[in-house]
Amino acid sequence: MTPVMPDPAPHAASVLVELRDAAVKMGQRTLWSGLDLTLRQGEFLAVLGPNGTGKTTLLKVLLGLVPLSDGTVRVKGAPPRRGNPELGYVPQQHAFDRSLPIRGRDLVRFGLDGHRWGMPWGSLPRRRVEAALQAVGAAAYADVPVGLLSGGEQQRLRIAQALLGDPKVLLCDEPLLALDLASQQAVTRLIDERRRQAGTPVVFVTHEINPVLPYVDRILYLVRGRWAIGTPQEILTSERLSDLYGIEVDVLKVRDRYLVMSAEDQLPTEPGAQPHLHHDHQGEAQGHQRGYGDG
Amino acid sequence: MGISYYLQFPFAQHALEAAFLVGLSCGLIGPFVITRNMSFAVHGTSELAFTGAVAGLIVASNPLAGALVGAVVVATLIGLFGQRAGERDSSIGVILAAGLGLGVLLLGYYHGYASEALNILFGNIFGISSGQILVLAVIAVAIALALAAAWRPLLFASVDPDVATARGVRVGLLGVLFLYVLAITVTEAAQIVGTLLVLSLVITPAAAAQRLSASPLVVSALSVAMAVAAADGGLLLSFEFTSVEPSVPIVAISFGLYVLARVLGPALQPPRRVQESVIELAELEHD
Repeated sequence: MTPVMPDPAPHAASVLVELRDAAVKMGQRTLWSGLDLTLRQGEFLAVLGPNGTGKTTLLKVLLGLVPLSDGTVRVKGAPPRRGNPELGYVPQQHAFDRSLPIRGRDLVRFGLDGHRWGMPWGSLPRRRVEAALQAVGAAAYADVPVGLLSGGEQQRLRIAQALLGDPKVLLCDEPLLALDLASQQAVTRLIDERRRQAGTPVVFVTHEINPVLPYVDRILYLVRGRWAIGTPQEILTSERLSDLYGIEVDVLKVRDRYLVMSAEDQLPTEPGAQPHLHHDHQGEAQGHQRGYGDG
Repeated sequence: MGISYYLQFPFAQHALEAAFLVGLSCGLIGPFVITRNMSFAVHGTSELAFTGAVAGLIVASNPLAGALVGAVVVATLIGLFGQRAGERDSSIGVILAAGLGLGVLLLGYYHGYASEALNILFGNIFGISSGQILVLAVIAVAIALALAAAWRPLLFASVDPDVATARGVRVGLLGVLFLYVLAITVTEAAQIVGTLLVLSLVITPAAAAQRLSASPLVVSALSVAMAVAAADGGLLLSFEFTSVEPSVPIVAISFGLYVLARVLGPALQPPRRVQESVIELAELEHD
């Protein structure tokens, strides 16, 4: 008698992203391979790993911008396609020119119809943009040129922009990079709010796990073609990360924060950064640059 | 013999019509050029209109047709050589130098009046026939329609190429199409103010408009208004002061409007808050 398998059908509806045995090649180099990933309704997945391991590429695969070299990928049951309106995308903040004639509300409006032909007419879109600005608490600076906004203000607009399209999955590419602590928390809370209210699952690429740790359900940790997936408690252990990096790595938990240390360089680093000579200070460096620019 | 005297002649009426059409196209495209950081592409394509025009004179005695064909060739070359934004300016420099050299070579083979070729450098608005007005009008309408149709995705791609790409906008394709529209606009403008002064109708009004507003639509409207005011206003002034070339008052008005906008701009912009970035800076220094 064949064993009775549980019917996967009732769960299938809540699966929004599915990768099976997926691999991506950039030229001759395989970024990652054999990746199995299932993202369900309401889930918060953090994607960690050193620079250049294909974290952003994973988002590009889901956005239909990079094809898999092997395996399959489904977004809401269908192959990825360019311009899929069911995906919301939140990028990292970047410096706009101070004289750029684009106001906060214009940036948000792109999320509604920036990809469509024609002119930005109409009062219905204006009202929807207004509501989206209110929802993220950005109405006060909606008319300020984006080049004059702080990183935190800009990222609130980015979230409003991404949510205007009423996405079924939120893809975030280092949205906290170069933000101060208060802004990191505010931005993360907004993303989490959407997840709790609408059940929108989040794929959150980051090189710092600590700011998002309270919200994270699972971590996908990518290191030079190898990967591990599981809850933070499962992944952020000395054994798992040493195995993944192929060198001895110590994971310390200090209060609510994780610190990753390696024997090769005694500096504590955030999980996600590469725990040896290529230690990634990118975030901090950009933060300082921006700070001086503002001063 | 002032403005009203000259206005009874068809050459003066044609010149005013041509200046209006050129001001319209330049004013429309200007804000996109600045947002996309492509001022040098304007300079490059306009100077190469000289080479195209000389070639047109030799082959068909038609400088405008030559310049338009040349513009399409130049836009294609810039598109091919300068696909990445980082290498765009250097490739424009390379194409500009080679193209100007070719223009000087061609000038040696041209046996008509040298002034006819030099007109292209400084503009000759008074030799325009009704047939050429029709060509200019068709081009201006085509440019306006193209920009209106591509408005949202072009602005999106210009401001934020990464997010636009993620949203499915064909950023690369739009960039190439924009280059063609730009090259044709610039060539059209070169007929009026000359290739050396095209920037005064493409860049200056748009830069002035940016000082007065941060709304993309308002900036475009102001840019068109100022480009038309400079082109037609300068022309009318040249009827009053016949000893100067029309391009001189055109540039003067355009520059004057820019200076005015710089002076008035700060009073018109919404107050610029700095508190939060100050807090951010304090946090960073604390780290």
